[in-house]
Amino acid sequence: MAEASASSAIERRGPGEALFRFACAGAATLLMTALAGVVVSLAIGGWPAFRAFGPAFLYTATWNPVTDVYGAAGPIVGTLLTATIALSFALPLALGVAVFLVEFCPARLATPIGIAIELLAGIPSIVYGMWGLFVLAPWFAAYIQMPIALSAEAGSWADTVFSGTPNGANIFTAALVLAVMILPYMAAVFRELFLTIPPHVREAAYGLGCTSLEVVHSITIPSVRRSIVGVVMLGLGRALGETMAVTFIIGNSHSLPRSLFDGGATIASTIANEFTEATGALHEASLVALGLILFLITFGVLAIARALLRSTDL
Amino acid sequence: MPLKLLCSIAMFVLASTAGSARSLSGAGASFPAPAYAKWAEAYRAATGVKINYQAIGSGGGIKQVTAGTVTFGASDKPLKPQDLAAAGLYQFPTLIGGVAPIVNLPGAANGQVRLSGDILANIYLGRIRRWNAPEIAAINPRLKLPNLPITVVHRSDGSGTTFLFTTYLSRSSGDWQRQVGASDAVAWPIGLGGKGNDGVSAFVRQTKGAIGYIEYSYAKQNGATTLSLRNRSGRFTVPGMQSFAAAAASADWLHSPGNYMMLVDEPAAGAWPIVGATFILVPRRPNHPAEVRDALRFFAWGFRHGDTIVAALNFVPVPAPIEELLVRQWSRLIIADGKPVYSRW
Repeated sequence: MAEASASSAIERRGPGEALFRFACAGAATLLMTALAGVVVSLAIGGWPAFRAFGPAFLYTATWNPVTDVYGAAGPIVGTLLTATIALSFALPLALGVAVFLVEFCPARLATPIGIAIELLAGIPSIVYGMWGLFVLAPWFAAYIQMPIALSAEAGSWADTVFSGTPNGANIFTAALVLAVMILPYMAAVFRELFLTIPPHVREAAYGLGCTSLEVVHSITIPSVRRSIVGVVMLGLGRALGETMAVTFIIGNSHSLPRSLFDGGATIASTIANEFTEATGALHEASLVALGLILFLITFGVLAIARALLRSTDL
Repeated sequence: MPLKLLCSIAMFVLASTAGSARSLSGAGASFPAPAYAKWAEAYRAATGVKINYQAIGSGGGIKQVTAGTVTFGASDKPLKPQDLAAAGLYQFPTLIGGVAPIVNLPGAANGQVRLSGDILANIYLGRIRRWNAPEIAAINPRLKLPNLPITVVHRSDGSGTTFLFTTYLSRSSGDWQRQVGASDAVAWPIGLGGKGNDGVSAFVRQTKGAIGYIEYSYAKQNGATTLSLRNRSGRFTVPGMQSFAAAAASADWLHSPGNYMMLVDEPAAGAWPIVGATFILVPRRPNHPAEVRDALRFFAWGFRHGDTIVAALNFVPVPAPIEELLVRQWSRLIIADGKPVYSRW
């Protein structure tokens, strides 16, 4: 009923309105067509790899350009592992930064700090990669990895989890760099979200005698819950697809990582490393297939986020 | 007045672009890119012809010249005669360079630590894991090697440097050949991958006891510690222009079908064992003969006048008699409309 009256209103307003509507629909269609085109071309380009290796492409970890045998398990695990670790560091920190800026920080400081965070979000990823390689990795090796490795008893669980070449290029440091990369972005959006909460709601809570912790816990975060999930998923999306910074520091080994401090590879770093010199048809197809898998993982993450939002019934 | 000035500038610009000769494009290997860029600069000053070279990687260069989107392609790895025939291409070597293993051992000077191809292969296979292993100590009787674990570093990106290095390991060790093989990128049994020469040298610099391999010119510029290697004649040599030239002089250029030239593990007494040429690819039956002719003229000019540029960048030129031979091959093998494409100008 409401829709019918809306469309008749558009018709009444003449050709300008119809044109506008058409242009908007056109923009949306173009986007969807481009997206579909990407998926289809990735599927066509990667098809030889799927045909040659079948489902084993997804769960075997051999990656051998000499014998032309490829399996994507190493990069898939590396991608999921680095992104998950990065998020588990970045999420609490980003929430903390945003809450501090909105609830506790003096107004005179909040603005410059907010601007600084937004500037951090704009640093190119290659700069983070070089920082990771030349600054973080040697520091991490000397002050964290070596002490842990030396104190772990041979054969203990700590030895298994933390073994690896002591030079700081591993899955864990790659995840740390990723966390630093997505943190400012997430903090900036969280801050914007918290600022959208009407001040009188929070003031009313304080008026009722709530402490700061209670206000954040029961008012601030619940009122933007839906958006928080969205921000987390966008952060995860960036961490999954990040290429240059990770390539510099992850150690680039295609086998399944044996420990947290072992070298690994992500899907994006593998493609960046090998695509320019991939001369074999099957090698190239396998890299394109990796691209498709990354696309599907990212798509899956977004779909799960949507499903979670619907089930929590906000 | 300003308008008039602007007009005359515009006229001048138009006239000069129309008057100066064509511009050509090539794409491929990044290893010889600095030399080609310097050649192109000098060539433009001498002849007015502009050469655009894009260092997109050997794989990309082969693809683009096969597709005909560039006039010439460049590859660090020679194509096998049957692949050349299938793609309708002709290849020739332009420059020679070397790969140097580098180490991070406290107190070690350039060339002081000696290794053989077999030991190097066993290190990269993960069988020799400490610097004081008996195999290493046996050929370094005067050195006191530390009890340090060996950290193996390799290139993570596909590269001609890796191709030369793994080819050398394959020739030196049957086990390496069977288990790993030689290619632009291989399934490394152990070790860390650094991206590019800079990534490998950063990991080696930051890790005590690390070993890696990089292009010699990069090692020299960055003061990395190089090794001595035992060559096929049994002598220990250090990387450098002399030992690369010795390898180039010892190679059998005349009997290499399709110019498939490998300079790894040459038998000459002074030869460095990990040496390779880099190659240019052009179509044998070009659709645009004038462009291919201009590209060949550029490389003929580089052969004749480019040696000082080559030496300054720590490359070695192709031996002069071979350059002459290649130029003669062009007139014989690259044909369009029944006529040779290349002619001297």
